[in-house]
Amino acid sequence: MTITPLCPSPILQHETVQMAHGAGGRLSQTLMQRVFMPHLHNVFLDILDDQAKLDLPAGRTAYSTDTYVVSPVFFPGGNIGELAVNGTVNDLAVGGAKPMYLSAGFVLEEGFSLVELETIVISMAEAARKAGVMIVTGDTKVVGKGQCDKIFINTSGIGSVMDGVNLSCRNLQPGDTMILSGTVGDHGMAIMTSREGLSFQSKITSDCAALNSMIAAVLEVVPAIHAMRDPTRGGVAAALNELAASSSVGIEINEPSIPVKPDVRGACELLGIDPLHVANEGKLVLAVSSEYTETVLEVLRSFEHGRDAVTIGEVVDDHPGMVVMRTAFGSRRIIDLPLGEQLPRIC
Amino acid sequence: MKYIDEYRDPQLARKLLDEIRRKTTRHWTIMEICGGQTHSILRNGIDQLLPDTIELVHGPGCPVCVTPLESIERALEIAAKQEVIFTSFGDMLRVPGSSKDLFMVRSEGGDVRIVFSPLDALQIARVNPGKEVVFFAVGFETTAPANAMAVYQAAREGIENFSVIVSQVMVPPAMRAILLSPDNRVQGFLAAGHVCAVMGYAEYEPVTREFNLPIVPAGFEPVDLLAGILKTVELLEEGRAEVVNLYGRVVSREGNRVAQDTIAKVFEVTDRQWRGIGLIPGSGLTLKAAYSSYDAEKKFNVTHICTGESPLCKSGSVLQGMLKPDACPAFAKECTPGHPLGATMVSSEGACAAYYNYHRTGFPI
Repeated sequence: MTITPLCPSPILQHETVQMAHGAGGRLSQTLMQRVFMPHLHNVFLDILDDQAKLDLPAGRTAYSTDTYVVSPVFFPGGNIGELAVNGTVNDLAVGGAKPMYLSAGFVLEEGFSLVELETIVISMAEAARKAGVMIVTGDTKVVGKGQCDKIFINTSGIGSVMDGVNLSCRNLQPGDTMILSGTVGDHGMAIMTSREGLSFQSKITSDCAALNSMIAAVLEVVPAIHAMRDPTRGGVAAALNELAASSSVGIEINEPSIPVKPDVRGACELLGIDPLHVANEGKLVLAVSSEYTETVLEVLRSFEHGRDAVTIGEVVDDHPGMVVMRTAFGSRRIIDLPLGEQLPRIC
Repeated sequence: MKYIDEYRDPQLARKLLDEIRRKTTRHWTIMEICGGQTHSILRNGIDQLLPDTIELVHGPGCPVCVTPLESIERALEIAAKQEVIFTSFGDMLRVPGSSKDLFMVRSEGGDVRIVFSPLDALQIARVNPGKEVVFFAVGFETTAPANAMAVYQAAREGIENFSVIVSQVMVPPAMRAILLSPDNRVQGFLAAGHVCAVMGYAEYEPVTREFNLPIVPAGFEPVDLLAGILKTVELLEEGRAEVVNLYGRVVSREGNRVAQDTIAKVFEVTDRQWRGIGLIPGSGLTLKAAYSSYDAEKKFNVTHICTGESPLCKSGSVLQGMLKPDACPAFAKECTPGHPLGATMVSSEGACAAYYNYHRTGFPI
């Protein structure tokens, strides 16, 4: 056998993220060309400038940012990439904006699988396509092993606010109907039941979805909707408490009207967690004058992500800043903000 | 959902409430023992629905609440050690010691993990032979069998990097302590369903005879609790001092013999401090001498750590049914779930936390 002596050249093919992938050199370029650009490319991103130059429509612009650190990175019903796109899309949409452009910043842990990274990027591209937005600028940094948990993603987004729409958490009026677009707790329980250490199996999948087309449709028909929230961390309980506090009104909800999937309810029962405190990633809570209740429900129910939409309660003059539940037994209890991390009980 | 929905049936609940109203001729004070029952009563507003003549007082059956502060201080000391992976049920992480809680130890670099079973903690010990894995074994008779099993398994497999901080307590001695108090107002008990699932209810029969009062093992759902209250009222009205089991789908007279045998293999009865209440003779479990090498407090030499309670906290009176949480001067003022002075405000099953979360003072229910 003849071996041709060669000078050792640097390895450019890796299976995992290396520190050099974030150093701005050859490997950084390789990462861009092989993992990010093939899936995310568009007229803005292809220019590879340090910024995207955008033409925005006249009128008000909405701008939002969020950072995604979910663990596990892949969970039943989605992954961190589509969560990062849909989350920011929804944050813009619940302000009455049509989401248009996103940025994406990645913090990668040294040693993270490039195949998994590409899967995440493909999901982001697909989520952006579905939501009708473009990822127009981005950034990647690599940190040492153990300095982050596989991958963190920040997305920020710009959208143009629809004419004649004025959504604000301060707009709730006594007499408004509170509407919820579907079942509660799916995302949070999908994450919790797929975490290491919890030895029971479930079929719970995340509700992770972009809601902008449904929201645009409902605002088209009823632009007078007073407020919208996507009840993510802290769940519906936190969203309702924030709305009640910001508008200095009370909210009363009916326990039997809150839709919860049987699997989610079962997992919550086992762990001693209130489904109202569990995160959602594809749900909408809104407040609207009661004369529009049926119209709003009809529009929401015509969409896949709103087909289980229901009225859950109403805005009242009493107990400003407080959310109260009427139980199935006719008693009442306070629905408070969850206190920090959801902790499974002892027995 | 089977075994849940039928026990949350509003129509059945209304029927039971009507029956309770019909049967009650005078004022009765009934204590539910278990924190899970307290939580369910407050969450479902059962106390609001009962006639004024039925007073529910909330018992000491919240394991997080009665775990003595010094056990928590010792746990914090052990959890902060570099070589330790500290494992615990989730509830315990937020319980404050005198200056910090287990979450803060974690934020300072301690390896503190939530587990759902002590056997999960043992598994962590198996796969981390270079680390000391410590489990915070708190609870009543409900948690004792699994905690005993973890120690038993560790011994059988010769796993030496596993140990437990034991703070196991038992219901019957606490019942006696409450009934023997000169300020006692309790006339009947709803016994804790899951404790009875392990221990059976035969052990309550001498208590009914000695103190001449009824004891009714009951479940945790609204219909379970209302049926339990109805039965207790019937027994009280008829002057019958008996144990009547209303949690038949889970509880038998003898209980779970296998679980009891497991407890007896590993643990023996000891005197135990109850947070807020004090020392109750023969009310706790400790590791038998054969298993003393699994005692984390000895292994890490923290038995010298002792501590005191906030003078403002009245949790002892709350745990014995002598004070309603919202009658405590510190309730919702100096003491809130975000800044708890005592463990009854920390645990989701603590009576003070349940009052704060569902029925805050001044709120017109």
